Amino acid sequence: MTRAPILTVDGLSKRFGGLVAVDGLSFSVYPGEIVGLLGPNGSGKTTTMHLISGALKPSAGSIRLGGDEIAGQPPYRIARLGIARTFQLVRVLGSMTCLENVQAGLAFGPGALAGKAAAQRAHALLERVGMHPLADRPAGELTYLDQTRLELARALAVRPRLLLLDEWLAGLNPSELVEGIALLRALREDGITMVLVEHVMDAIRSLCDRCVVMNAGRKIADAQPEAALSDPEVVRAYLGDDDA
Amino acid sequence: MTLRQLLLLTAGVGLLAAAALTPLIGSGYAMSMAINLLMFTALATAWALFSGPTGYISLATVAFFGIGAYTVAVVGEALPWGLVLALAAGLGFLVALVVGLSTLRLRGVYFVIFTFGLAELIRQLVTWYEANHAGSVGRFVFLDISQAQIVWQLTAVTAVVFLLGALLQRSRLGLTLRMIGDDETVALHCGANTTAAKLLAFSLSAALMALVGAIVAPRWTYLDPTIAFNPVVSFQVLIMALLGGAGRLYGPLLGVIPLVLLFEYLSAHFPNHFSILLGVTFLAIVYLVPNGVAGLAERYLGRPRPSQPAAAAPAQPKEGTS
Amino acid sequence: MPILDALLNGLTLGGMYALVAVGLTLQYGVARIMNLAYGECLIAAAFAAYWLFSGLGLSPLLGLGLVVPLAFALHWLLYRLLLVPLVRRAKSRAALEVDSILATFGLLFIVEGIVLVLFGGNYYNYAYLAGVLDIGGTPLAYNRLLALGFALVLGLGLYLLLTRTRGGTALRAVAVDPVAAQLVAIDVRAAAALAFALGGALVAASGVLVSMFLTFNAAMGVVFTMKALIVVIMGGVGNLAGCLVAGLLLGFAESFVATYLDPGLTIAVNFALFLFILIVRPNGLFGRASA
Repeated sequence: MTRAPILTVDGLSKRFGGLVAVDGLSFSVYPGEIVGLLGPNGSGKTTTMHLISGALKPSAGSIRLGGDEIAGQPPYRIARLGIARTFQLVRVLGSMTCLENVQAGLAFGPGALAGKAAAQRAHALLERVGMHPLADRPAGELTYLDQTRLELARALAVRPRLLLLDEWLAGLNPSELVEGIALLRALREDGITMVLVEHVMDAIRSLCDRCVVMNAGRKIADAQPEAALSDPEVVRAYLGDDDA
Repeated sequence: MTLRQLLLLTAGVGLLAAAALTPLIGSGYAMSMAINLLMFTALATAWALFSGPTGYISLATVAFFGIGAYTVAVVGEALPWGLVLALAAGLGFLVALVVGLSTLRLRGVYFVIFTFGLAELIRQLVTWYEANHAGSVGRFVFLDISQAQIVWQLTAVTAVVFLLGALLQRSRLGLTLRMIGDDETVALHCGANTTAAKLLAFSLSAALMALVGAIVAPRWTYLDPTIAFNPVVSFQVLIMALLGGAGRLYGPLLGVIPLVLLFEYLSAHFPNHFSILLGVTFLAIVYLVPNGVAGLAERYLGRPRPSQPAAAAPAQPKEGTS
Repeated sequence: MPILDALLNGLTLGGMYALVAVGLTLQYGVARIMNLAYGECLIAAAFAAYWLFSGLGLSPLLGLGLVVPLAFALHWLLYRLLLVPLVRRAKSRAALEVDSILATFGLLFIVEGIVLVLFGGNYYNYAYLAGVLDIGGTPLAYNRLLALGFALVLGLGLYLLLTRTRGGTALRAVAVDPVAAQLVAIDVRAAAALAFALGGALVAASGVLVSMFLTFNAAMGVVFTMKALIVVIMGGVGNLAGCLVAGLLLGFAESFVATYLDPGLTIAVNFALFLFILIVRPNGLFGRASA
């Protein structure tokens, strides 16, 4: 990859009172890449996702999307610049239909759609994630699995240059997992860059071009999946000193 | 336009026409009932424009209503009537903007509390100003505006409120408000500027309330802060909107009609126990009809869309956690 | 001396606000009931004390012994009968908070209506220990001092109850995390009922104490509710020390504004302070940052 990075995180820190959740984190994501953000529980992965998407304001450091500095900007502006996300605990607009959920993602920012055009595009996106038959069902009545798929369709509706997926594959059974991985791979073929927080090792190995591994808020590895996962420091972080 | 929409539209136009015609055929009592019905319809529907989809419950209706009424008391005789009305609406909009700017970032509950006290705050400020700078606390309103004119003006405002509501439902702002009611965090990450949307809708609804307050002000010949900022009005509007169902444009109307009649009956027959009965009515509604009459009706009529969470389910801007 | 006036006034006023707010912080902090009828309960207790004093000749201190247990029982019943259905129906904590606001908003009018029917809309007061202590030229009524003393005793008692007993620890656990509290075998609903009733007993106690030196009428409840809410939120929900500091802060702010600016502006000061705290420290002066 010789192109300019799409996302550059530099010296990013977040403190909650005395707790340092993210501590001087730096990494880059290049166009078309799928980067896995890994680490034991509490290592600061989700906080990092919140910082990039604007849900939290960083205490220090810079986040650049293309040429734009986005650190500390409100989430709606970051979304309009092209970062879409899903949530660790799935969140849908429960009183609205699936179609309306996707239209909600289409309605804002440059290239926003409304009316017939929005409905058409929303149907296409629902089809993309395999939810076309459920278009008129209220999102609140869907199963967990369907809600995660709807969340993905909504995120895609935001027309992301960068998609943040926070444990999007969690809770799937093996056959659903295969489907989910295929879907994400197809999205990459469309040129969508992704950062995913994931615990499912199969998914990481088969999807990620590169893994950034965090522990206690710091980056301890940044390499291709196999190399990152066999890094002694990573093994120590996951399993403790005795097993290293 | 679907058959259903056509029916609703016909019913609405019919009701408004009936209200507008009361001065020509009805007695003074009929006119005063028409004023009450129109006033509460406009207020409750305006309330629901903002609070219905977002679930941000405002207890400040009378603050804006009172601002409108007081505008009339202060400048009613000095300026042409059209300008007075415009000024009242503008003031309501402005005050709501300032209040909203500072409170709409707050969690839902804090917003409710703040609006709860807002009427009291404005009432005390007005009292303080009138006592210290205007010389006396009360003011006389001598305006040459008849009951019939009030009815017609209220009819016009009510029509405007419904029109605005219908436009809002079809607009991106309306979509944003519904998204906020469901999940404000999701709305933000979809690119919606939720603060601006809330602010605009809140101020718009406040301007309409102030307009209503200004229009009915000539009914009182004497006005003081206790009359203009009577908290019972906020309370009645809230009950009516909740009973009817705040998730539909026509919902509040379904609450206004029975409750205006009920309150009329209660205050005529049990003037001393009015407050108690008001409270009991309210509790009955909160417990028995949590989704409002509109919600109930649609459940039985089997409409495909789910009832909106209306005001019973709150908006909670959930903070991102790690 | 105006400054001494303002200080002493602020101290008694602030102590009173802290006392008034302690009950609400229990009700909101532990039971998650945002009680808009809170001030009306206070006024009802004040009227009860008035009635006991001028009708039966009972001193307000004896009145405390009657009114407080009664208020405890009534509030416990209220929670069991009226609020438990809301707790059951609520899908989330936020839904419960809003539902409870609506229900207690209705309650507000009922309680106020009952007081109105019994006593009418006039202002009431009565003379109990109305003698005056002279502190450097500033008069301080004995009844105010007594009320302040009782407030201190009640506050200290409550503090000990919450920190030194098993039941108190359970209440604090529920306030911090109702779900986790359940996991360590605390009956959350019973704890919430207890907290709500305890809050009711405290608001009744402050109503009786306040009635000794304040002129009151049926419509004044809202003002007390607002002040209690402001103190609770400023001090951090469920935090007793926060309540005390915020109450004193509010008392001093009001008394200084009344002395040096204009007594008519006190409520504006309330709101300004409230907003300022909410915007600068949304979890209150002593509140924990949300997890």
